[in-house]
Amino acid sequence: MLIADAGTRRRAHVPSRLGRSIRRNLTAYGFLCAALACFAVFAWYPMVRTFILSFQQTNLIDPPTWVGLDNFRTVVDDPAFGEAWLNTLEFTVLALLCGYVVPFGIAIVLNELRHARAYLRFVVYLPVMLPPIVSVLMFRWFFDPGPGLFNQILGVVGIPPLAWLDSTSTALISLVIVSTWMNLGSGTLIYLAALQNIPGELYEAAELDGAGVWRRIRHVTIPQTKLILLLMLMLQIVATMQVFIEPFMLTLGGPENATLTVAYLMYQYAFVYGGNYGAGGALGLMLMIVLLAFAAVQLRLNRQDRP
Amino acid sequence: MTTRTIISPLQLGSRWGKRVYWIVLVTVLVTFTLAFVFPLYWMITGAMKTGEEIAQMPPTFFPANPSLDAFLEAWELFDIGTLLRNTGVYALGAWAFTMVIDVTAAFALSKLRPMFGGLILGAMLATLMIPPMVVLIPLYVTVVDLGLLNTPWAIWFPAAVNGFNIFLLKRFFDSIPRELLEAAEIDGAGAARVLWSVVLPVSRPILGVVSIFTVVNVFRDFVYPFLVLSDSDKMTVSVGLSQTAGQVTQNAIMGGLVIASIPTVIVFFLFQRHIMAGLTAGSIKG
Repeated sequence: MLIADAGTRRRAHVPSRLGRSIRRNLTAYGFLCAALACFAVFAWYPMVRTFILSFQQTNLIDPPTWVGLDNFRTVVDDPAFGEAWLNTLEFTVLALLCGYVVPFGIAIVLNELRHARAYLRFVVYLPVMLPPIVSVLMFRWFFDPGPGLFNQILGVVGIPPLAWLDSTSTALISLVIVSTWMNLGSGTLIYLAALQNIPGELYEAAELDGAGVWRRIRHVTIPQTKLILLLMLMLQIVATMQVFIEPFMLTLGGPENATLTVAYLMYQYAFVYGGNYGAGGALGLMLMIVLLAFAAVQLRLNRQDRP
Repeated sequence: MTTRTIISPLQLGSRWGKRVYWIVLVTVLVTFTLAFVFPLYWMITGAMKTGEEIAQMPPTFFPANPSLDAFLEAWELFDIGTLLRNTGVYALGAWAFTMVIDVTAAFALSKLRPMFGGLILGAMLATLMIPPMVVLIPLYVTVVDLGLLNTPWAIWFPAAVNGFNIFLLKRFFDSIPRELLEAAEIDGAGAARVLWSVVLPVSRPILGVVSIFTVVNVFRDFVYPFLVLSDSDKMTVSVGLSQTAGQVTQNAIMGGLVIASIPTVIVFFLFQRHIMAGLTAGSIKG
């Protein structure tokens, strides 16, 4: 009684700090509630669901049953398991060789040019703006062993035609080509922005010290962009390890599983082999753990980025 | 003029410097045009060739009798009118949901600073660390459970669930001076009024960036809409093309691809600067 009384009396004079803070919190949560509900249902719950799913047997119709580690056993015992990881790894390494080193080189050259900058920037980013399905289907035609563009070009140079997507030796490389073409632009523009932030005096000083072009790149450009380079490396590893649309549209994982990736195998479990969502979830969980390790490194680097 | 880069202006201005510079410039121009523009040229002219000409070896550089028939054929076979209308509806809804849900949330986190605000922001940003392919199956299962398969809601809600938008918006709102808001509060404006009349008008640049990315993403997205919008009259352009591409002739496919690229390419033409600004803002600090 007494306490309540004191409270009302104080509020009558000036709105109390507590009252104001409660009101502000209520308003804030009023503004937040839609976002909280959406994130809860479509982001946080699915994250938890990944765990639940991978320990359950479910077809989405009958009530699910808990099966312990069965799903993990199914996934690991699958002969495609090793192949899928190896292919994903190979794809990631190849895609990084093209998609990581090349954009940095391009950005350095573009930053030196004084003409046609707008055109070059526009053109290099154009593929990123196309719907991926367009790029993928376009390249499917270019890869056509008969009248496809690539074999025609090889013919002009005098190289015998390749089977591209139809051969175990070239299929994965073909996917890397498509993926690189589609994604090169964003890396290039990000590096370009980073390069433009390097103070010109550093190059002047390096030049006065007698450093040639190579040494200026090695001792000024790379150290100055080191953080963004590391950050992009992590981001690209995470992005390329999820490769899906390329094998899905171009090779269906073939020939002879040469382009079967982890993400594509996951899709197959859940949506091709009669709805084995549990196995798909288990494989997804494994992929998540690997990718989270990279993401954790990225988060650390990101923190260093902000002084 | 531009700032000093690796090569000094003196070196560039020398006789040799000039020669090397022009050689490099021309090489870069030719390579870029061949690598990034020529494939598109080939796609567009491929759609203008007849069925025989497109399969001909060696190919023709210019279509012998350029015709737009393949585009019309593609429009009908792929039912692109329906696909474009669907995608437009999804994009518009996704944009509206994003604007309402993400803007209010970012405003609350930035300016009202509720209890556990930091925790909520952290949990929202943490979703950026989760690779989308990994949560694809559980997200699909959730959509099935809620009975949202083949409904626009399946696109609209997840579109607003974007930690990156929250991050961009909150960072922008943080930069709005407090005095501006306090002046409005003294005049008796409530939080909603402050958001509508003070914060939103000065936030146009960031709202533009978020809007563009939201709309473009709906057009570009493939795997998720492929799973949740499987009815042929509910599909997005990307999904529809992938489904019918096996059953039509090569030049009709190319025609379909060209038409499907037009919306995003137009957006890119119009908002190039916003897009590039958003790209670099996000990735450097994201």
